[in-house]
Amino acid sequence: MGNHALSYGAMLGRSQVIAAYPITPQTQVVELLSEMCADKTLDAMFIKVESEHSAMAACLGASLSGARTFTATSAQGLALMHELLHWASGGRLPVVMGNINRAMAPGWSIWSDQNDSLSQRDTGWIQFYCANNQEVLDTVIQAFKVSEKLLIPSMVILDAFTLSHTYEVVDIPEQEKVDEFLPPFKPEITLTPDDPHAFGGLTSPEHYFELRYKLQKDMEKVEALIEKTGREYEKMFGRYLGIVEEHLCDDADLIFITSGTMGSTAKVGVDELRKEGIKAGNLRIKVFRPFPFDVVRNVIKGARKVAVVDRNISYGHHGMFFQEVKSAVFGHSDGIPIFGFITGLGGRDITPSTFREIAQYVREKEKPEENIVWIGVKK
Amino acid sequence: MKKKNRAQKIIFKSEKEFPLMPMSVGSMLFNKTGAWRNIKPVIDLENCIQCGICWKFCPDVAIIIEDEWPVIDYDYCKGCGLCAEECPSKCIAMVEEEK
Amino acid sequence: MSKEKKMRLSLPEEELMNSGHMACQGCGATLAMRYVLKALGQKVALCIPACCWSVIDGPFPYSSLDVPIYHCAFETAAVSASGVKAGLEMVGDTETTVVAWAGDGGTFDIGIQALSGVAERNDDILYVCYDNEAYMNTGTQRSSATPYGAWTTTTPVKHFKNRPKKDMEAIMAAHRIPYIATASVGYPEDLFKKVKKAKDIQGTRFLHIYAPCPSGWKSRPEDTIKLARLVVQNAIFPLYEIEWGEKYTLNIKIKEKKPINDYLRIQGRFRHLKKEEVAFIQEEVDKKWERLLANVNGNQ
Repeated sequence: MGNHALSYGAMLGRSQVIAAYPITPQTQVVELLSEMCADKTLDAMFIKVESEHSAMAACLGASLSGARTFTATSAQGLALMHELLHWASGGRLPVVMGNINRAMAPGWSIWSDQNDSLSQRDTGWIQFYCANNQEVLDTVIQAFKVSEKLLIPSMVILDAFTLSHTYEVVDIPEQEKVDEFLPPFKPEITLTPDDPHAFGGLTSPEHYFELRYKLQKDMEKVEALIEKTGREYEKMFGRYLGIVEEHLCDDADLIFITSGTMGSTAKVGVDELRKEGIKAGNLRIKVFRPFPFDVVRNVIKGARKVAVVDRNISYGHHGMFFQEVKSAVFGHSDGIPIFGFITGLGGRDITPSTFREIAQYVREKEKPEENIVWIGVKK
Repeated sequence: MKKKNRAQKIIFKSEKEFPLMPMSVGSMLFNKTGAWRNIKPVIDLENCIQCGICWKFCPDVAIIIEDEWPVIDYDYCKGCGLCAEECPSKCIAMVEEEK
Repeated sequence: MSKEKKMRLSLPEEELMNSGHMACQGCGATLAMRYVLKALGQKVALCIPACCWSVIDGPFPYSSLDVPIYHCAFETAAVSASGVKAGLEMVGDTETTVVAWAGDGGTFDIGIQALSGVAERNDDILYVCYDNEAYMNTGTQRSSATPYGAWTTTTPVKHFKNRPKKDMEAIMAAHRIPYIATASVGYPEDLFKKVKKAKDIQGTRFLHIYAPCPSGWKSRPEDTIKLARLVVQNAIFPLYEIEWGEKYTLNIKIKEKKPINDYLRIQGRFRHLKKEEVAFIQEEVDKKWERLLANVNGNQ
C-alpha cells in the first residue's frame, strides 16, 4: 500500500533514527518500519515517542547529531508538530517526513483533504504531492538526497486511504543500487564534543534576517536540484520524477491544474472529454514547495482557460493551489482566465465526472465570475 | 588566560560570512562582565588559609588559582559578594569600586 | 604570603564553563552548571530548552561553554536529548553523555510530557533540572515548582502561591528509572559525587538541583550559598537518592532540623507571610520529612 511505499523508501534510504507516533491513516508506515527495525532489515533506532511533537523533536536532535532521520504523520499530528516544522527548516535539519493528507478536526475526520499539509506551506519545508505508490517510494529516496544537499527538510505527501491504503504494484529498487545513488549522510557540522558549538541560541535582530535570507536563497536552488536528482535517478532506475506531470497539455484549450490522487482521476476525465472533442489537458503539480512558477507558466501559456482544482481552502481567501497559480501567472500569460474550484474536502469523493462538471462550467463562462466555485456541496 | 586573549567580538559584514544554521562561532570571553559591578572583592592574602572555598563558589569563574593562591579576575568579577560571604577566615572585603 | 602550602581544592580545577556569561550576580544556576560539567568532563552534549541558561550561555554567535549545546524547543528537553543520543549512537559515538539541562518550568510544567515519555522508555540520557522555583527567564512567573507561600508576578502577595510544590521525585520514582537524586549548589561535593555516579548508569537518570535566584527570590546575591545550605538543613529540600523507584538513601543526615524561619526571612518573596502561614509551611515540611524518613527506613 502507499503507506508501505513510504516505509520501503525510508528503509532503502537507510534511515538511522525514526521517531513516530501512530495516527490513522499513517499507522501502517510506522508499523512496518517497527518490524523492519526489529528484524534488522533496517539498522535504525526507533524511538516510540509519546506524541507527534516529541516525534519531531527527537528527529531534530538526531539529525543535528548527524543521523539520517525519518518520520510520518497526518493532520492533527502534523499540526501538533507545527512549532518544530519551523525549527527543522530554520535549523537546517534535513528530516524527511511522510504526511498523509487528512482533514483537520473538528468534525473529526480520517479522510482525504489537503488543508493539513498546505497549512504548513510557510514553514520552509519542501513539499512533494504524490499520486501513486511507485512515485511515493521514488520520491522518498530522492527527497533524502535533495534535502541533505541543501539542508532543507522535505515532506512527501499522500492522500488518506486513496493513496495510503491502496495496493499497487511497485518496483522496489535493490539496496546496493540505492546506496550508489544515495551516499550516507555526512554533514560538515554536527553536534559533537569534538567540535563544540551552541546551536540555535538567542539571535538578535542584528543576525536573524541574514540566516533566513540564506534559507530562502537555498530554497530557490531546490527546483533545479530536484530536476538534476531526478535525471540521476532516471539513469539508474529508469523512472523520472519531475516537478509536474503533464497530460495532453500541449494543444489543450482547457487545462486542469491538480495535485495528488485527484490528478490521476483528472487524467481519466481529460480522456473522456477528449473523446467528446473537447481539448482538455491536466497539469499535476508534484512539487508545491518551492512553487514551480516557470514550469506552470510555461505549460499553461497556450491554453484558453485554466481550472485549478483544490482539495483545500484558506478560509477568508480561496483554494491554495489557486492562489499560488494566480500569483505565478500575474504579470505573465496575461489574460488567460483562471478558474478556482474547491471540491473533495473531508474526503468527499472526486471522480471523473467532477472534471466533466468543471469543464461544463468553464465552457459556459468567458471568465471567472467568482473566486471559489464549489463542486459537490449540497447547497 | 590564553582563551581569554583569543576571544573577540564578532561582526559579520555580509550574509556570506554567516554560518548556515544559527550556531556559535566564538566565545563569550570577549564580554568583560567586570563592568557590571559596583563593589569589588579584595583578598587579604596574609589571612588567606588557601582553602579554595572562594574559588569553588564563584558563579563567574572569576577567581583563579595562581601559584597556590586565589587571584580575582577583575575583568569578569560581577561583585556578587559570594566569595566574601563564604570565606571562612573572613579575609575578603567588599569595597566600593573606584569611579 | 607567609605560608607555602598547596591549595586544597575539593573539586577538579579544570573549567568547562567560561567567564563572560550573562547570569545575574550570585546566580545558583551557573554554579549548578559549573559543578555538573566538572563531574562529566568535556565529552557531553547538552540539550537546553528555553530557560535562564538559554540566555546565560550568550547570544548567537557566542557560547560560554566548551561543550556542544543544542538549544531546543521549550517542551522538548528530554526527548531532544533522546534524539541526540540515538543520533550519536547511530553515527558511532557511544561515549558522549547526552544531558537534558532544563529549568523547573521546562521540567515540571511544559516539559513534563516529554520527560515522562523518556522516563517510561528509560531512554539513555541524564536529565538535570536546575530549580529556581519559578519561570525566572521571563521575569519570575509561578511554576508548579514554586513553593507554597511564595510571591511571583503571577502569584502576587494578595494571591500568593497556595498550592504545594510538585513532588517531582515521587513522579519520577513512579516511572521506575534507575537513578533519581536531589542536590544543592550549597553542597557541591555531594552534587559532584552524584553526577559522577549518574554518568556511569545506563538509562534515564534524573537529577534535581536546587539553584537559588537572587533576582527572583529578592534575596542578596551573596546569600545564594547560605540559602542553598539552609534549605537542606531545614529539610525543605532534603538531599537523597532513589534507585529504581524503590530504594531511598538519605545523603545528608539531619540531627536537628533548622527552623524554616531563618530561611524564609532572607528572601523577599516570603516577606509577606504571616505567622500562621509560616507555621502551616513548617507543618507541611515536617510531614514531608517524616514521609521521606519512612521511605528511607522502610526502603519501600
